[in-house]
Amino acid sequence: MLTVLAALFAVSIVVPWIYHRLGRPTFFVLAGVNLAAMIYVAVTYLPSVLSADQGAGVGDPRGPPSAVYEWLPEFGVSFAFRLDALSMVMSMLILGVGALVMLYCARYFAASERAAGPFAAQLFAFGAAMFGIVISDDIIMMFIFWEITTVLSFLLIGYSAHRIFARRSATQALIVTKLGGLTMLVGLLWVGELAGSNRLSDIMAAGPELSGTQVDLAVILVLVGALSKSALVPFHFWLPAAMAAPTPVSAYLHAAAMVKAGVYLVARFAPGFHETSFWLPIVLGFGLATMLVGAYRALRQTDIKLVLAYGTVSQLGFLVMINGLGTENAALAGIAMLLAHGLFKAALFMVVGIIDHESGVRDLRVLSGLGRTQRPLLWISVISAASMAGLPPLFGFVAKEVVFESFFEAAETDGGWFWVVMVGVVVASVLTFAYSARFLWGTFATKRDDEGAVLEDTRFHGPVDLVFLAAPAVLTLATVVFAFWPAPIEAMISPYTDLFGPIEPGASITYLALWHGFTIVLGLSALTWVLGALMFVGRRGIAAAQERVPALVDAERSYRASIRGIDAFSQALTSRTQSGSLGHYLFIILAVATVLPLVAVIYVKGGIPTPDAWIIAEEPLQVVLGVIVVAGGIGAVLAPKRFMAVLMVGLCGYGIAGLLGLQGAPDLALTLLLVESIILVVFVLALRTLPAGIWTRSRTSSKLSRAVLAVGFALAMMGLAALSVSARSERPVSEEYPWMSLDIGHGANIVNVTLVDIRVWDTFGEVTVIAAAATGVASLIFVKRRDVRRLTVKDIPTGSVGRVLTDENFSPSQVREIRAARSFATVAREAWLVAGRTLAPEHRSIIFEVVTRLLFHAIVLLSVYLLLAGHNTPGGGFAGGLMAGLAFVLRYLAGGRYELEAAMRFSAGGLMGAGIVVACVVGIVPLFVGGEVFQSYYVDLDLPLFGEHALVSSVLFDVGVYLVVVGLIVDVLRSLGSEIDLRSEEENRDTSDYGHGVHAETSAGVAR
Amino acid sequence: MTVNLTLVLVMGVMLATGVYMVLERSLTRVVLGVILISNGANLMILMSGGRAGEAPLVRDYLSSEDYFDPLPQALLLTAIVIAFALVAFMLALVYRSWVIGRQDEVVDDPEDRRVAAQPVYDPEEDSEIPTETTEFDGGGGAPTEEAAEPAPDSRRARRERREGRD
Repeated sequence: MLTVLAALFAVSIVVPWIYHRLGRPTFFVLAGVNLAAMIYVAVTYLPSVLSADQGAGVGDPRGPPSAVYEWLPEFGVSFAFRLDALSMVMSMLILGVGALVMLYCARYFAASERAAGPFAAQLFAFGAAMFGIVISDDIIMMFIFWEITTVLSFLLIGYSAHRIFARRSATQALIVTKLGGLTMLVGLLWVGELAGSNRLSDIMAAGPELSGTQVDLAVILVLVGALSKSALVPFHFWLPAAMAAPTPVSAYLHAAAMVKAGVYLVARFAPGFHETSFWLPIVLGFGLATMLVGAYRALRQTDIKLVLAYGTVSQLGFLVMINGLGTENAALAGIAMLLAHGLFKAALFMVVGIIDHESGVRDLRVLSGLGRTQRPLLWISVISAASMAGLPPLFGFVAKEVVFESFFEAAETDGGWFWVVMVGVVVASVLTFAYSARFLWGTFATKRDDEGAVLEDTRFHGPVDLVFLAAPAVLTLATVVFAFWPAPIEAMISPYTDLFGPIEPGASITYLALWHGFTIVLGLSALTWVLGALMFVGRRGIAAAQERVPALVDAERSYRASIRGIDAFSQALTSRTQSGSLGHYLFIILAVATVLPLVAVIYVKGGIPTPDAWIIAEEPLQVVLGVIVVAGGIGAVLAPKRFMAVLMVGLCGYGIAGLLGLQGAPDLALTLLLVESIILVVFVLALRTLPAGIWTRSRTSSKLSRAVLAVGFALAMMGLAALSVSARSERPVSEEYPWMSLDIGHGANIVNVTLVDIRVWDTFGEVTVIAAAATGVASLIFVKRRDVRRLTVKDIPTGSVGRVLTDENFSPSQVREIRAARSFATVAREAWLVAGRTLAPEHRSIIFEVVTRLLFHAIVLLSVYLLLAGHNTPGGGFAGGLMAGLAFVLRYLAGGRYELEAAMRFSAGGLMGAGIVVACVVGIVPLFVGGEVFQSYYVDLDLPLFGEHALVSSVLFDVGVYLVVVGLIVDVLRSLGSEIDLRSEEENRDTSDYGHGVHAETSAGVAR
Repeated sequence: MTVNLTLVLVMGVMLATGVYMVLERSLTRVVLGVILISNGANLMILMSGGRAGEAPLVRDYLSSEDYFDPLPQALLLTAIVIAFALVAFMLALVYRSWVIGRQDEVVDDPEDRRVAAQPVYDPEEDSEIPTETTEFDGGGGAPTEEAAEPAPDSRRARRERREGRD
């Protein structure tokens, strides 16, 4: 059976391509596939299904055919399929009606309809998913197929996506059935948990033993799913709206698929759970209400498709009631009624579709004379509608007889409320008769208008194709045949009914037949016919009465009101919280970050810990540094000028570097000092084109609230820090680090060995983050390409780089100064820097150039020393890289962008790439010599002059880090330095006046 | 463990000034605020190392308790360099914002404003539409905006063709 299921889904996937080739005849192929699947399932499995013990679980040799494949064994979820009698009956209905619907589609859609390919695929997959639902033995599998039908029904109902009505109906069906589906999932999982298995067969076997509130509640949730899917009150409104779908979909949806899934679920759970506390009240109560509401509404409709749609709602209530009753007779009656309904309702929808297709009219006030002109349609409709009304000699009558009998025996045995149910069912059946008659009259009768004139005959565009008529004709034929020959139906259903006991020991077991003798039940049937006929005769009066009675509760209106309420709520919430101000969002985030930890602290286990001891500081110098840092922080807040604020923040950084050093962390102090220096330069480079003053417009009130939040946040974090330090009870993991570092990492600098060996993966990740950030900087500045290869130094005219100012820009004394500088710049003498001469004289500083010349190589050497010695003494790849970066910063500042090009000939991207490659190689190579990733090796060297040295492979990793950091700084210099230089120079040349005021005070002096 | 009041206090000031500046509209101040906050966070990590100790360079005469805890130091070292890369990136953003819009300010997102101001009424869901009574004639009473659209299927064309033939 898994093969059949897989084949059906596989076909649905290739349908669009087939349709592209074959066009409309594709539907014949699909009808054939459905028919073949039906015959295959029947021939292969029918004997073994019917002879099996229906209650036996999967794996039991006496049980029905099954197939199980493991999926998620740890969660008890598997691809479990089981074909028992109930599944068999449902499969026959789904595949059989599916084949006929496909056949019908072959004429319903225009040959030129292009959108029909995907539609055919969806409709076919819909049938396949229904088949999946009924053969699934695993609740998760069943739920998945259930939701597939929900999603596909959304697509099918919304087929005419250009119509607002179709879109709205599709969304409504999706939301309502999804709501039910999710509720059902909770119920199913709960029931599965209680029964200790996710297998439906196991759950059903365990069902009768389960009792208690939990089962009662879980079953309610499952029933909510069934109710929503089967469009029972109060979810019934989606089904009439779903007639926005093309009529073949409606026929399938109402007769064999989708809504029948809910009935199936009730029938599936009835054997095990009909005795739980809320089962019968829900099933009978909501079922009866639905049956009455649906039938009553059907009488009011003027669109014949809507008459049928509300008729389906009514019949679904009926089906859920009888299938949920839980006796042997009711089970037989329920499944028989399910089949009968499938046969007549599909046929009637198809008739409506043909009329709509051929005449474009569905309004029964307009339709007229079709009974005379369209005889075949009339006969099909008369027979099917009569079956719907429960008239003999048709299958609808046969089924309804046993339904009445089941309710009657329940009322006789248990009395009380069951009599109410019995009366309600009879009343609803009278209404059913009346709307069936009204449907026939409305569709086929010759009518007169208000003045008494005969309406013009409804005209068809042409004769109705025989293929078009074939599907409803076959269904109608089945309605007749099974009335006279119900034996095969009964044979298929009876194994399922054996799961139930009779209503009381010794009660008679009923059977399907046209004639049971003169019984009370037959009398009830006759009563419904007579009353129904009377209602039809007095239809004008009833219609007038219905006009006067206002609808008390309109479920669709309540649905739309609740959706609108949700919309309004989310809109209000969004407009309150999403003001568009980043500061506002940050404020909220920080406020939560302030309050939430405090709440956690209050509920901390064992009370708030108190610290063992307080100290003011480790030594007085820490206090001094602390004061400097605090002053820097406050200064940064108060600073009116941009660069003053930057300097103040830099002061904080230097102070903290000192604090780190005093605490016993020389590596950190060194690194932070270097970083702070570079940050200062980078800040100046990036912000030199911005105005000097910091432009703020924030009001005083917001200043106050910001200050309150800032202080509150800080106090919370201070408390938290003190608290967490005090609460610490474990010994630090790093106690093992000293010997690990020395014996395994072969380095004395524990921090460095931690970075390149013990926690090397962290560092590796960080290096890639740095490369990504540098690339981000470059892409923001260069926009198109990074590291464009520039002209070489010798191509650059002397004194051309930088903003070349004319004498008018300076005061007389400055002019003299500049003239002197210019005269020196042109002196032909060996330059201190390679590209120093390219700078405009007013930007050059001879002292700076000399100092750079003297220091550059020393700094680079020092950086290499830091890199290599870092394994044993403070330093390492980060500090070394930053130090080297600082050397390049010097070159750039002293000699301009061409000096930087001359100093570093590689592209920054290349440097960082090389660094990451080196780091990767260090990580991977050990794998080839039988080690683990990033395992380190070392060689002891005893060199003359240099002494004894241990060469460790992880130092190579540090080389990678070094390269990446150098690349980062070069990248930043080229982006925020060279490229911005170039752009502002171009801008100055283009608009000699524009931006002058902005740049004059900031950029002129920067290069010095 | 012992609490170092100076460190706690300095951390608090860093966080307070940082948060205050991050909440401003000036982009430069926001970047500076982020630096200050990261300073504060670094100090917090530092405090998890406990009392001050010897620099973590292994020497024979020291036991492992004598060193200042090396683990937070390794974490801090990476944090410091990452913070630098982050600051460089934010500065590039500031510069870009200045180049494009001559703005050194965080401006409100107009799209958020627009969303907040939109009405609850959604014609797709809330407009009153009559029920359609056929699938084949463009609908009994489709709203005007849709009536203007041509019928998507060519059924009408086919019908007209057939009528012409008859």
